[in-house]
Amino acid sequence: MANLTDLVNLNLSECTNMIIAEYIWVGGSGIDLRSKARTVKGPITDASQLPKWNYDGSSTGQAPGEDSEVILYPQAIFKDPFRRGDNILVMCDCYTPQGQPIPTNKRHNAAKIFSHPAVAAEVPWYGIEQEYTLLQKDVNWPLGWPVGGYPGPQGPYYCSAGADKAFGRDIVDAHYKACLYSGINISGINGEVMPGQWEFQVGPSVGISASDEIWVARYILERITEVAGVVLSLDPKPIMGDWNGAGAHTNFSTKSMREPGGYEVIKKAIEKLGIRHAEHIAAYGEGNERRLTGHHETADINTFKWGVANRGASIRVGRDTEKEGKGYFEDRRPASNMDPYVVTAMIAETTLLWNP
Amino acid sequence: MASLTDLVNLNLSDTTEKIIAEYIWIGGSGLDLRSKARTLSGPVTDPSKLPKWNYDGSSTGQAPGEDSEVILYPQAIFKDPFRRGNNILVICDCYTPAGEPIPTNKRYNAAKIFSNPEVTAEEPWYGIEQEYTLLQKDINWPLGWPAGGFPGPQGPYYCGVGADKSFGRDIVDAHYKACLYAGINISGINGEVMPGQWEFQVGPSVGISSGDQIWVARYILERITEIAGVVVSFDPKPIPGDWNGAGAHCNYSTKSMRNDGGYEVIKSAIEKLKLRHKEHIAAYGEGNERRLTGKHETADINTFSWGVANRGASVRVGRETEQNGKGYFEDRRPASNMDPYVVTSMIAETTIVWKP
Repeated sequence: MANLTDLVNLNLSECTNMIIAEYIWVGGSGIDLRSKARTVKGPITDASQLPKWNYDGSSTGQAPGEDSEVILYPQAIFKDPFRRGDNILVMCDCYTPQGQPIPTNKRHNAAKIFSHPAVAAEVPWYGIEQEYTLLQKDVNWPLGWPVGGYPGPQGPYYCSAGADKAFGRDIVDAHYKACLYSGINISGINGEVMPGQWEFQVGPSVGISASDEIWVARYILERITEVAGVVLSLDPKPIMGDWNGAGAHTNFSTKSMREPGGYEVIKKAIEKLGIRHAEHIAAYGEGNERRLTGHHETADINTFKWGVANRGASIRVGRDTEKEGKGYFEDRRPASNMDPYVVTAMIAETTLLWNP
Repeated sequence: MASLTDLVNLNLSDTTEKIIAEYIWIGGSGLDLRSKARTLSGPVTDPSKLPKWNYDGSSTGQAPGEDSEVILYPQAIFKDPFRRGNNILVICDCYTPAGEPIPTNKRYNAAKIFSNPEVTAEEPWYGIEQEYTLLQKDINWPLGWPAGGFPGPQGPYYCGVGADKSFGRDIVDAHYKACLYAGINISGINGEVMPGQWEFQVGPSVGISSGDQIWVARYILERITEIAGVVVSFDPKPIPGDWNGAGAHCNYSTKSMRNDGGYEVIKSAIEKLKLRHKEHIAAYGEGNERRLTGKHETADINTFSWGVANRGASVRVGRETEQNGKGYFEDRRPASNMDPYVVTSMIAETTIVWKP
């Protein structure tokens, strides 16, 4: 029989100038990704060339049934690693028909902060370390773990190789290449301390693009796990007990921090973050209190502390930065299920706009 | 051994000018698709150049055994995405040897309506949203559902992604590209509210071509599910209970509706549809009473209602149409198993030709 794969991989560039655009948005829970596709005339090189669209918000908890249309505004495009050719992925945010951002649209406010002149002048860079856990389908137990039991304690798994230590590498490697193909600034991957847990990093990216890229990278990851028949979890503490949680450490720098004398700027910024610790924590992801215990390379959720090379701190400054007197710092508080629009914008706002 | 796939994918254009034409028709139930192939001199792009053919109507419930020939009249050609090269799919309708359309031939009457000068002048456009459910072979239980049980309730599945939320995407994506390849005006796809349920849209297409394209798109879908070992169901309420049904919402506009002042024309058309609600419902698909309950984004079958952005109404007008004062409207009543020849021509007839 003709192959399903042959059809999925049909290269349409020879028979039509139409392309397929997959519009992606964040759903009503703030962490669920949704998407649907439409045919448009290609090629498309910029998000502004794409039409607005709409979806049934009553099916995603974002609108009532008798007034269900939510409008999608295309914001950033990436090459589609699944359909390839000239086909694209489109990251969108959501508005009412009157043009107001809906409550779950966190991008709108972030874009305002990033276009503030004081913020734009400082060219804020972000490097986000997205951790995640792979679960076996149907049982929702981590990949590689025996059903009804546990693997040997943490120790051998971080950055490891071997069938008894690394679970799901094909997903991770497929994701790495797919993200590079699509134009996402993915800077690396590694196996994590908890078996079945992995990390990828995106950045350094400027301003709002860091978040667009994280959301699309998450989407690509969930599409790949779908293909692999494995479930993706962004829960910050998937397994209770002596098992690491999952975070989304956010590395940050501004122009001033990257220039000579930057270390002093960094210290002042960290102080401001310390004063607003409670506000940041409230916006750094649901369920983070299960993760930020003071154990497993975290700082306790109620404590703010920073240190050079200290993975038990809320904020860590690298030895390089300390030595050179300039560089960046790492906010280790955000959970794996954080919204990067919220976190990146808040860090910029607190350190660049807010004054105690 | 030579691979079966190698043979199926043989490109014959180098060795012969013969092509294979797959003649497709609708069988005796009004919903079952049938097809058989013949060799012809190629290439052929105009259906009028194709010979009429015939089949054994006594094997499809369309003729008695002692006078079993039913004649196939080729009506439209599409590129064959399975055989590729210059091979084609041909949608046909069915006649007695004496030249009369047989009772299940709904295209014939639709063609008459669409060639009525009043109707042609209004250039009716159709955008049809075909929903369908994928079932596991042999047990006929939806794809992705545990055999003997149910998935978690509706909410996460609409436009969802991930191995625990999206079931059968490779079928949907293969179908999307195959239809584009074939020359069908497929405008988009999305995952539906019930897990295992999907939707594709065809249009905007003018007049009778909408019906031709939907039937060929259904044929291509059934061929692809055949490859995937999955069963496609067009039943309007495949699972009773708190699970969405499957429809074939029909978006419609005429020249007058698309021009300035169109919103008034739309409102008048909706009024006429209201007056003929019972007649339309009777022709909108078998078993629709199980689907049109007033819940699950439907209007009750005995009630005619319309509203802007209202997914609980019989007819929905989009916010954009209301805002622009012109556009189109959506008849949400047709079931997934409707005959598009019947529905599209009836909407044209009621709104353009019929007077109350």
